[in-house]
Amino acid sequence: MSERIPVAKTYKLYVGGAFIRSESGRTFTEKDAAGDLVGNICQASRKDLREALKKARAAQPGWAERTPFNRSQILFRVAEVLETRRGIFEELLVKVCGWSAVEAKADLDAAVDRTFWYAGWCDKFSQVLGGINPVGAPYFNFTLPDPQGVVCILSSRTSPILGLLSGILPAIVPGNTCVVVADNRAASITLELGEVLASSDVPGGVVNLLTGERAELLEHVAGHMDINAIAVFGGEAKDLASIQEGAAENIKRVREFDDPDPSAWRDRAQQSPYWIEKFCEWKTAWHPVGV
Amino acid sequence: MCPYVLPPVPSVDQVQAELRASSFRKRSIKTSAKKQALRLILSMIDLTTLEGMDTPDKVRRLCRKGRDPLPGEDLPSVGAICVYPTMVSVAKEALAGSSVKVASVATAFPSGQTFHELKIEETRRTVAAGADEIDMVISRGAFLAGDYGRVFDEIAAIKQACGPAHLKVILETGELGTYDQVRRASRIAMDAGADFIKTSTGKISVAATMPVTLVMLEAIRDFYLETGRIIGMKPAGGIRTAKEAWHYLAMVKETLGDTWLTNRLFRIGASSLLNDVLMQWRRLSSGRYQSPVYFSED
Repeated sequence: MSERIPVAKTYKLYVGGAFIRSESGRTFTEKDAAGDLVGNICQASRKDLREALKKARAAQPGWAERTPFNRSQILFRVAEVLETRRGIFEELLVKVCGWSAVEAKADLDAAVDRTFWYAGWCDKFSQVLGGINPVGAPYFNFTLPDPQGVVCILSSRTSPILGLLSGILPAIVPGNTCVVVADNRAASITLELGEVLASSDVPGGVVNLLTGERAELLEHVAGHMDINAIAVFGGEAKDLASIQEGAAENIKRVREFDDPDPSAWRDRAQQSPYWIEKFCEWKTAWHPVGV
Repeated sequence: MCPYVLPPVPSVDQVQAELRASSFRKRSIKTSAKKQALRLILSMIDLTTLEGMDTPDKVRRLCRKGRDPLPGEDLPSVGAICVYPTMVSVAKEALAGSSVKVASVATAFPSGQTFHELKIEETRRTVAAGADEIDMVISRGAFLAGDYGRVFDEIAAIKQACGPAHLKVILETGELGTYDQVRRASRIAMDAGADFIKTSTGKISVAATMPVTLVMLEAIRDFYLETGRIIGMKPAGGIRTAKEAWHYLAMVKETLGDTWLTNRLFRIGASSLLNDVLMQWRRLSSGRYQSPVYFSED
């Protein structure tokens, strides 16, 4: 009997809840630490970015209108599914990134826990970060968060799963949708996360995952008029300057984050309700009383 | 007068019509050709508002936008503003001194279900109010019952009532069932004196599609070859993006030729299309992908 040939996975972009090839037809090769082929990965183009942003824009009102409790339930579900599928992530971290099994396990422990942690914040952050303001006039004065809209995340380049999730979660908790441009050692891991999200009740378009070159897409991210905020993890000074310059045109919020080494990403300092705050606009209302 | 008899009309090969129509969707145009197409599309738009909640101010806003779609940019005005008869005088006033025509729907739009005399009277009054173009609906009930003579007579009578105004005849192809029926209805409308034939009211879910427009364009071509009369075409409803619109332009060019690539003979009935054209225009001039929030809704 002939030897069985395994069925290899085609790693496709995750856009609008669907797994699609790049419109450009381009791919790049991902090899493991030993130099063996892991797969051909779709390389996103500026048109893929444009289409992903349309999906994110279309999904945003529906995601924001869900009750915070419901968003919370969905993110809990993401944590559950990630826990059951952690094996593939650990395997790829070892195989592609050359991490030890211990490191990979610690990373997935932190990734699942962090997802669970942010899930809990969905219906709490507005009480903690917003509030009733004392004013010297007969008014109730209160400050409430609003989502920014569509956030483009230039995700961590050092930590393919935990760093990636640490960017996505605080952005989607308050009701934003996002397009992630992932340019790291293990694009296969980014796209595996798409499979987790697709099977976790996260509505299509809320998280869109593009693998490709940050440098190629940077200019289009910065200049695109339908992005409300950009989160940059570990940008070089010249990249940050060019993002700020492009973003000025429509006053996008630009949020800069460090991109520490993988073990530092596991630290609790890399998760905070103040990261959620960075993806909110704040609305203060004056309501007359006692008149 | 002899009753109208529908001349022989060729049957339509459904599979080939759909295949050919879909072939135009693969066309891509870039840079300077794209700019030219965007300008042409803009000049062909019948910018439409046909809602029960239309107010004079909404119509005025729409007219301002139609005259000068993107202030500060050298762009053509739209072809016409299309409104209900009661809003014609408002539009006429707002468009005074511009090249933009006032089009209005008449004949109990969108159903057409009223008395013949009322349709004639509505048409007369709408033209008297200042409409340059009348968009009438055919009696689909009579057409589907095979009473082609009644459909013909009605269109001919409305044409007469139009006087100097141009007549566009809406077939409401989504209700006609087959391409063969579309072809027959097109022929009746052209025989009866239509200046334009138009696909849809935009009030039912199936509006303009590429295959149905192709069938009508071919009817126009064959009618021209037979009689020498040039009839215009107006797909309406469902064309929302500039990209779709230039697919239609490619279809017109390759079915009827360059003569029809003018707003005197080809119009697109639309509302949301305008902003997409403007977004594409600004994308070309600025190099940045645009957001709808920076373009006025009307």
